[in-house]
Amino acid sequence: MSVQNLRVHRGHTLALDDVTLETPAGRVTAVVGGDGAGKTTLLEAMVGLVTVDSGTVDTPPRSRIGYMPSGAGSWNDLTVDENVSFVGGSYGLSTDEVARRAEELLGRANLLDARDRLAGRLSGGMRQKLGFCLAMLHQPELLVLDEPSTGVDPVSRVELWRLISEAAAAGTAVVLATTYLDEAERAGWVLVLERGKDLLSGSPDEVVASCPGVVVETDAPVHPDLSWRSGEHFREWWPDGPPDGDRPADLTLEDVSIVASLREGMKA
Amino acid sequence: MRAMILKEFRELRRDHRTMGMLIGMPILMLIVFGYAANFSVDNIPTATLGPQAEQAASLIGGVPQAPFDVTDVDTTGTAEDAEGMLQRNEVDVAIVTGADPTVAYIDGSSLFSAQTAVAAFNRLGDRVQTQVLFNPDLKTSWVMVPAIIGLILTFIGTIITSIGMVKEKQTGTIEQLAVMPIKPSTVILGKIVPYFLLASLDMVLVTVLGMLLFDVPFNGSVAVFALGAGLFLFVVLGLGVFISTISQNVGQAIQTAFFFLLPQILLSGIIFPLEAIPWAVRWISYFLPLTYFTMISQGVMLRGAPFDSLWFPLLMLTVMAVVVFTGAVLRFRRDLAPGDGRRAKIKVAA
Repeated sequence: MSVQNLRVHRGHTLALDDVTLETPAGRVTAVVGGDGAGKTTLLEAMVGLVTVDSGTVDTPPRSRIGYMPSGAGSWNDLTVDENVSFVGGSYGLSTDEVARRAEELLGRANLLDARDRLAGRLSGGMRQKLGFCLAMLHQPELLVLDEPSTGVDPVSRVELWRLISEAAAAGTAVVLATTYLDEAERAGWVLVLERGKDLLSGSPDEVVASCPGVVVETDAPVHPDLSWRSGEHFREWWPDGPPDGDRPADLTLEDVSIVASLREGMKA
Repeated sequence: MRAMILKEFRELRRDHRTMGMLIGMPILMLIVFGYAANFSVDNIPTATLGPQAEQAASLIGGVPQAPFDVTDVDTTGTAEDAEGMLQRNEVDVAIVTGADPTVAYIDGSSLFSAQTAVAAFNRLGDRVQTQVLFNPDLKTSWVMVPAIIGLILTFIGTIITSIGMVKEKQTGTIEQLAVMPIKPSTVILGKIVPYFLLASLDMVLVTVLGMLLFDVPFNGSVAVFALGAGLFLFVVLGLGVFISTISQNVGQAIQTAFFFLLPQILLSGIIFPLEAIPWAVRWISYFLPLTYFTMISQGVMLRGAPFDSLWFPLLMLTVMAVVVFTGAVLRFRRDLAPGDGRRAKIKVAA
């Protein structure tokens, strides 16, 4: 499963420009990037929601894809059980199968007590977990999640990630978009997008190791436009190496992502 | 305060629908009410029958300020023929000569024409005896109930359907539906069938209640009525689906539906008689589905009009149903499966 050299226009804007991504079974791939980077467009191209200009989308047929849109993907005026029943029926699952999968998934998502509650009345975290359960109901080969943890409290985020990890462990290829870079570090593969281009990709360690130049920790940045706050201090990127005496900082995905964005800005 | 006012104007300027309502609606109302708000009919289609049909025609036509427009003169026609002509809505008044006094049969289902005709004949004294058919007491409720059935179906078809459809878009679940392995046609039918059934149920309920509460008769064929109602429902449901494709949220859908509803209420003949609306505005009436449904419902319920006399409104509703429904469904399908056009470029894994 992959997308190769994908180009997509949204109106007159080039939303994806020559983006390539492999999504093998059993791996969690995090697509990260700022607002307007092209994360949602990439995910929508994978599930067939947008028109592709050129490139190849090599994904399973719809019946073997699970998709959770950024709006959680549940029907607010249906109860949790009714949502499950509708989605299960739409994927052609038998009543018994739906009941078995609902018990299993809602149990793991701690939603069994909420089965009779309207989806619209669930908390944000519960609604996201329900969206995940609906996307996983038919045991898809490819699970595509658009910002599943946005607006979710830390405890629910942990629970959501447990569910995602379990899905991957069971052999599902998971692709998720996120703006939380700490979250992306839990993924097996990271793709950093910026203005529709894939700037970096690899395992989180590989991406961190591929950071060009040097990032130092400092209290007095020399170039404000190449520095950013990190806790009590600043971090500053030196594309051609820092001045003598400055010690390189321990890099995180967030640092690398910012550096990639700065480098792209300099090129532009 | 100044900032607030400025912000409000800026938002309004970009809200084209609200601006349309603010500017377009008053102009539309002014024109429609100015031209169409006329209850007095001065051109009643009339037939004269019997041995003195020709004399009656020239006599009626010669009366100063007579509202009668003699369109048919038949010297061999009888009272039975006169009733048939009224039932088929060929004329609103049929004057049968040969007996003393002459009898003028008047179609009570064309309420305003009938009231005008009765008043005109009363001015002629005892020379003409009037007989109002299909609505002898000239009750407004008898004419309004069949029309209101259409209005209710229009309301359900456009507003309720468009809200139901646009909610999927507003909550983002339309994307979910688009990704599921369900054919777009199945999604659309699955969304429309419940509204079709509910609207049909509502139609039966309102018709029966109208008959029970207001003693409105049902003189014609249930099958013809059902056929007209079914076709009409397809048109208004199609309008509802169309509105959902050009609206992003429930508010916009209601606003847009209002644009479609208002002309139907004012110009379909349910408030102001079509004959009283000048042609400068009346032509719009003939593009409105409610105009034709009202012809069918009043014809079937009050006059017991047979199928062959209602072929024109039935044909018009059929044409509208095919055009509006197909167009709306194709537009909705495009929203539902935007990626379908480039499916060929996608290599799908086995």
